[in-house]
Amino acid sequence: MSTDSPLIRVQHLAVSYRFDGQVNPAVRDVSFVVGKGETVAIVGESGSGKSTLANAILGLLPDNAEVTGGQLQVDGQDVTHAAERVKRRLRGATIGLVPQDPMVGLNPTLRIGRQIAEALIQAHGGRYPAVDADVLGLLQQVGLDKPLLRARQYPHELSGGMRQRILIAIALAGNPRLIIADEPTSALDVTVQRKILDHLQQLVAERGISLLIITHDLGVAADRADRVLVMNKGELVEQGPPQRILVAPDHPYTRALIAAAPAFGQHSPPPFHTPAQGTPALLRLDGIGKRFALPYVKGEDSSVVALHDLNVSVYPGQTLAIVGESGSGKSTALRIALGLEKPSQGRVHFAGQDVTDLGWRAFRPLRRRLQLVQQNPFAALDPRFSVFDSIVEPLVSFGLAKGRELEQAARRLIDRVHLPQAYLDRLPRELSGGQRQRVAIARALALQPELLLLDEPVSALDVSVQAQILDLLAELQSELGIAYVLVSHDLAVVASLAHQVLVLRQGITVEQGPAQSLFKQPQAVYTRELLDAVPGRRQTAAA
Amino acid sequence: MTSPENVVARPRSVPGAAATWKRRGRLERTLSAVRPLLQRPGFVLAVAVIGFALLAAMAPGALSHFDPYATSPIDKLTAPNLIHWFGTDELGRDLYTRVVYGAGLSVQAALLAVGIALIGGLSLGILSGFAGGRVDAVIMRLIDVMLALPGLLLALAIVTAIGFGTVPVAIAVGVGIVPGFARTTRAEVLRVKTLPYVEAARLGGASWLRTLVRHILPNAWGPVAVLATLDFGAAILATAGLSFLGFGAAPPAAEWGTLMSNGRHFLMTAPWVSLLPGLFVVAVVFSLNHIARTLEEQHR
Amino acid sequence: MSRYLLGRVAQALLVLWGAYSVTYFILYLLPGDTLSIMLSASGVEIDALSPADIAKAKAYYGLDQGIVQQYLSLLGGAIQGDFGFSLTLNRPVSELLVERLPQTLQLAGLAIVLSLIGGVGLAYLTAYVRWQPLKVALARVPALGFSVPVFWMGLLLIQVFAFSLGWFPATGNQNFSALILPATTLAIPSAAVYAQVLQRGFQGVWKEPYIVTAYAKGLSRGQVQRRHAFKNATLPLLTLIGLQVGNTVSGAVLVETIFARAGVGRLAQEAVLRQDIPVVLAIVAVSAAAFVVVNLLVDLLYPALDPRIAHTPKVS
Repeated sequence: MSTDSPLIRVQHLAVSYRFDGQVNPAVRDVSFVVGKGETVAIVGESGSGKSTLANAILGLLPDNAEVTGGQLQVDGQDVTHAAERVKRRLRGATIGLVPQDPMVGLNPTLRIGRQIAEALIQAHGGRYPAVDADVLGLLQQVGLDKPLLRARQYPHELSGGMRQRILIAIALAGNPRLIIADEPTSALDVTVQRKILDHLQQLVAERGISLLIITHDLGVAADRADRVLVMNKGELVEQGPPQRILVAPDHPYTRALIAAAPAFGQHSPPPFHTPAQGTPALLRLDGIGKRFALPYVKGEDSSVVALHDLNVSVYPGQTLAIVGESGSGKSTALRIALGLEKPSQGRVHFAGQDVTDLGWRAFRPLRRRLQLVQQNPFAALDPRFSVFDSIVEPLVSFGLAKGRELEQAARRLIDRVHLPQAYLDRLPRELSGGQRQRVAIARALALQPELLLLDEPVSALDVSVQAQILDLLAELQSELGIAYVLVSHDLAVVASLAHQVLVLRQGITVEQGPAQSLFKQPQAVYTRELLDAVPGRRQTAAA
Repeated sequence: MTSPENVVARPRSVPGAAATWKRRGRLERTLSAVRPLLQRPGFVLAVAVIGFALLAAMAPGALSHFDPYATSPIDKLTAPNLIHWFGTDELGRDLYTRVVYGAGLSVQAALLAVGIALIGGLSLGILSGFAGGRVDAVIMRLIDVMLALPGLLLALAIVTAIGFGTVPVAIAVGVGIVPGFARTTRAEVLRVKTLPYVEAARLGGASWLRTLVRHILPNAWGPVAVLATLDFGAAILATAGLSFLGFGAAPPAAEWGTLMSNGRHFLMTAPWVSLLPGLFVVAVVFSLNHIARTLEEQHR
Repeated sequence: MSRYLLGRVAQALLVLWGAYSVTYFILYLLPGDTLSIMLSASGVEIDALSPADIAKAKAYYGLDQGIVQQYLSLLGGAIQGDFGFSLTLNRPVSELLVERLPQTLQLAGLAIVLSLIGGVGLAYLTAYVRWQPLKVALARVPALGFSVPVFWMGLLLIQVFAFSLGWFPATGNQNFSALILPATTLAIPSAAVYAQVLQRGFQGVWKEPYIVTAYAKGLSRGQVQRRHAFKNATLPLLTLIGLQVGNTVSGAVLVETIFARAGVGRLAQEAVLRQDIPVVLAIVAVSAAAFVVVNLLVDLLYPALDPRIAHTPKVS
């Protein structure tokens, strides 16, 4: 860390948004520096102001935002209220950006080579003869094979990981002194993320570039940064080296964040009880295989195997977690268990009954015993139904209660998920993500099912909210004895609930067994990769 | 964008609190949604114009004391003045009165047209979107065929076949609107059908009928309502166009299109005979468009 | 690719056939008594004829055949370009069409060019301007374009530009300046559609994340607009043009009537007035053909503009 004039100096910065006549402060009195060659991480949940801060440094605040106080210096120059032309010159040449979502960060109608060349030309001040060679060079440096081919391709022809590397290439093109990486880990699979971030850190270390990581993931920040800044509601509550912050946090918010983060918190799976000998499995998948037919494309396969020989048993009161990255087939497995898809091979047994070939109407009575909590809480509730209507709908569909009884049932259910009864009257848009997920859970419990299937139940939520929902699920399991099948890509989430774990990769079962032993001594190489890739593992391992 | 989670610590329910909650009706909720709309001056003005047009359609006598059919050769082709707000036509009839009485025929025609479009388009769209598969494919082909026939020409063909007059014109225009309506309805039904909460309802035991009526239709009607309002304006323009060309109600009936067609012959000397009725039509259709757009913004 | 091409052409032909059949159904099968309509169109009252004459008339018009037979012979003729005879003018319909088509094509051609310039120009102006009140006002203009009856607009333009200002002639088709007012009138509804869709397109594209990436490279607002926003926002324009063919043809009927031009549109109006069924059938069929052909071309050209369609990715 250098001690002479820092690259970025932020002093008592305050930024507010003007909306509908009101002024909302997004950043309040934030001060910090980023030195040359340093890696700094800003950690905060949604609404903490970290994105506004990043935009302010880039000079890309929207029209309705203004800097209401303080100072921002980039490379010794005061740019707090500078003209657009000044800010523009800094972008690309001094400050580079790796944007958040690689799937939409590139212009879909321009070739890759052209988009990278644009950044090079802009930084150079004009077209120059060696630009094509430089494009190929950059593509190689960011780790892409066949650079000549890639330069001629369009973004939609490449995977998410490749697109992320190209965005890194664009950021490097201008030879900046600082790169801002906005939520670099949210859109991709864990193993892919890890490789790309390792590579990025290597590149910036080689060139002496400072790196500013904006993230909601404390694990990522702890693993990769020299210094961690924690933001909450626009204020900088704490900063320091990750080892110090994790071991001896000063501010209560930081402490709460650490406790909530699945990777760091003291989350151990709930007590494991072996079912009595001979108790039949509640849900059993025997040799399940699933093939999907593909639209005809010459030279390509006509079908894809989503699942191959999957064998699963879930016992009452137990949690089975199915873990895998995108394309692993975990969601397909869930849908087959629910009867929403028919398997190409194998049998599905629920409560001893073979349900594989049941039609919808025949399956319907069983629906009271197994329910689903979906991934996206923002689309899982009908926007026109009040919370009351949503929660009691299953009871109404089955005709199980009316009038008074219905209201009582609603009260009981909403209490169960720890939401105030006054919320029964609200509409989904008046609730936060975590509250909506609680309502979805309450709805799933309405029929008093024995088995609850959860499809990525917390992936769309903030970290602290995740912990609350997971605690709720654990509590419900111990009170009601419900079995869970939990599907997730996040091993840290799984660790707090699972008794049994099954790891899937491209439809094939890689490893399967009790959670404790799988986490402590993973047998398969892929499982070990997944565990290593969980951000924050390095710190907990060291601690 | 602060998450309320951090503000509300998990409260336990208080037994006494149970009595304070009661179900708020849907009526209450719609009323509170309408109130902010009434504060927008543009919207209020648009509603006023439409209200005027509807009043003219139902009770024209309330808005004008002249007789739309009374000719008065002495007063022919007088420019707009305090007695004759829109001036007079070539037979001395008060033009403003003719426009007001014409509202009845034109609005009726547009209502009939939109009615036909709604019934035909909605059923085709819902059937197509909900059923999917073969049924969907066949209906979509049919709609493609209908769309290949330009609106006015299709209407002309129908009018050639079944004759002239207000009702045939309305039917012709209505049939022409059906395909666009069906397409939008189908798109909305398809969109909502695949949303998670529909799946959740089905998994909770809801029958297809219940899902359709309580989830899909209420959530799909938004864009359809906007389109219906826009199409009402388009129907007014289309029926006016057809009567302008001479296929509407026979004279001395005062349909707006016929009024404008009449005035063509005097365009140089008495432009108001054609232009003022047209201006009224523009005001009505523009107000409809404005209402539709406001509804659309509200919905988003 | 050629399999795709064949498929699209077959689909287009199917739609065209369907359109012809629907029109045939409306004109020949919907009316109560087709024969009396056709006779009165030719100026003969059916009541004045003896049964023998009626039988002869039926044979003459081809109405004595069975429905299917009649349909097939009409269809056969249409495919070869023979649309029968006009009942009122007693000339081959195809001759009439060939005579009048150039006028309409001129009008439509100029109208399409004007509508594109007007629509795209207005949308680009709306995106370029930064002052909010003006931006909002410009965004409302297309709605005005939708609300105005085409024929009223024509009359207004005649009143202002022909009678009051005397810049252009009001009627006729002798020279180019007589084309200006009608083409402008015809262009306005289409221009309004292009402007509105493009305005929304610009707004939508501006919020896309790749715009931020472009800014982060150090590009100016103008550069980002030109190189990234503009091209992606105008992609839907091609499809729109195809769809607007129908509106243009419809509008031509009204515009040619007002401006007294000798085109296919006015022919249609006269034919309907006199219930001249073969002419109406021919005009509708030809318009449908135009619509189908233009949209087919659009479908085939689209992949050239949008690489996402041309280079189909592997299914993930």
